[in-house]
Amino acid sequence: MDFSTPPYLLKNASVTRVMAQVLLALVPAIAVYAWLIGPAILIQIALATMTALVAETLMLKVRNRPLALFLTDGSAVVTGWLIALVFPPLAPWWLVVVGTLFAIVVAKHLYGGLGQNPFNPAMIAFAVCIVSFPAFMSQWPNQALHLGLLDQFQVIFGLMPRLDALTAATPLDALKTALKLDEAGIGVPALLANRNVYGSFAGHGWEWIALSYLVGGLWMWQRKIITWQVPTGFLGALFLISGALWLYHPDRFASPLFHLFAGGSMLGAFFIATDPVSGATTPRGKLIFGAGAGLLTYLIRVFGGYPDGVAFAVLLLNICVPLIDLYTQPPIFGMKDGK
Amino acid sequence: MITWAEFKEIFVNGTWRQNSSLVQMLGMCPLLAMTTSLVNGAMLSLATIFVMGSSGFVVALLRNFIPYEIRIPVFILVAAALVTVVDLGMNAYMHSMYNILGIFIPLIITNCIVLARIEAFAAKNGPLQSLFDGAFMGVGMLWTLSLLGAIREFIGAGTFLSGIEAVIPDLHHYQVLPADYPGFLVSILPPGAFIVLACMVAAKNWYEAKAAERANRKPPEPLATAGCH
Repeated sequence: MDFSTPPYLLKNASVTRVMAQVLLALVPAIAVYAWLIGPAILIQIALATMTALVAETLMLKVRNRPLALFLTDGSAVVTGWLIALVFPPLAPWWLVVVGTLFAIVVAKHLYGGLGQNPFNPAMIAFAVCIVSFPAFMSQWPNQALHLGLLDQFQVIFGLMPRLDALTAATPLDALKTALKLDEAGIGVPALLANRNVYGSFAGHGWEWIALSYLVGGLWMWQRKIITWQVPTGFLGALFLISGALWLYHPDRFASPLFHLFAGGSMLGAFFIATDPVSGATTPRGKLIFGAGAGLLTYLIRVFGGYPDGVAFAVLLLNICVPLIDLYTQPPIFGMKDGK
Repeated sequence: MITWAEFKEIFVNGTWRQNSSLVQMLGMCPLLAMTTSLVNGAMLSLATIFVMGSSGFVVALLRNFIPYEIRIPVFILVAAALVTVVDLGMNAYMHSMYNILGIFIPLIITNCIVLARIEAFAAKNGPLQSLFDGAFMGVGMLWTLSLLGAIREFIGAGTFLSGIEAVIPDLHHYQVLPADYPGFLVSILPPGAFIVLACMVAAKNWYEAKAAERANRKPPEPLATAGCH
């Protein structure tokens, strides 16, 4: 299965090869994740991958599609990995299974399978689970507590009680809660001076994972798997609005650097918003798509009810894709723009 | 009055072929809001059955006296009066259920299916036919909304017949799934209604496609006549 847009200058970009390189680009971030936050992420990735492949097989059977062709294209594995990366690593095992099943069965195959889904399956999984199980979806691991692989395994599979001490707020969550509790008291700078929240340049611990996503993303761009428009639009819009508000009121709003490296910004900009199926396809459209997603991410994150907004921002922009593509058609070769 | 063939036609149309929720896709607003459980969906449908059956009957009786130009306001007035009867009656005799269904009882009048059946059927047919047409359209809604409510309730909360206490005080709902089932909230929220309804529509279309395939499949012809291929 090949996909590329006219005029077909680049060839031989099979889905399998693209997906394999996307997975490869995720590896550094996963390694850093497992090192800093704990090996639980590896268990979640294994769970999500197995669930994705089983669900994909069943749906392909039901739909009478060639099994070998679609199972080896790797798209289900990418969806599974992304789901595992956006879910809390110590979430109970069924959470990631339910999310992955929903992503593959409803968000992907009920809409017609690979290439037909209007919404990013991984983000649908996240949205469905955070709406349905908000308590489980906000239990992020306490980085002060170092659990071994076996302990984390037991927590995930419910063999050990789920103690409150296991979890802590993410940097974005801590920021939001503190601002909500005491509007006048602690300003953002004082909060960010807290080393448990703020590390060297952004959220403690998470900053290095975000940096690894950036490295993986730049490698994908260098390999021409993604184009520059979506990440630039996403991070540019996020940078501009967070920078403007930060300059306006530094006590109330965190710095652009914090927002670029906190939460799911980097993962969203390089690995989620760049999805070739559910995203915009024209060059200018990609820029608009990325910028819209970045802007909405900031608005939901800072003014909305959820600590991070990447999933909802990307899903909302997914809805706009037909409109964006319609109005950003590049001129036909040899024609003047718009004529 | 009404022939058996007519009755059968009206019955099949209302409950299956022209099903208000699965085929005509009418009345989506109460469907989304009230099918959070089997009991809620069924009670709203029962109220709708009463309104549709009686308004069809009354309008069919009056159909020759209503000036064509102002027929819509007159239909609405008749139906609204009957909705008010249901509203006051439920408030008086089933108060706890009335509190749950709330605004959706008066809103039955805005359900397109009520006016649609009056305009499309009761204004052109006899009173008995119209009574049955309205009632069976409501029955179609009853089974659809009950099934939808039961599925959403089961997935969302793991219960069966929750809220039955408000209708029949002696009965109790069942906890089908284990008590520590965390609940799949999306199923109870409006998106869940859309997803489950879409699956039901797909199941109906699939069943009908299979049935059509079976009907089209002719018995194998004798070899002598098939030889020319």
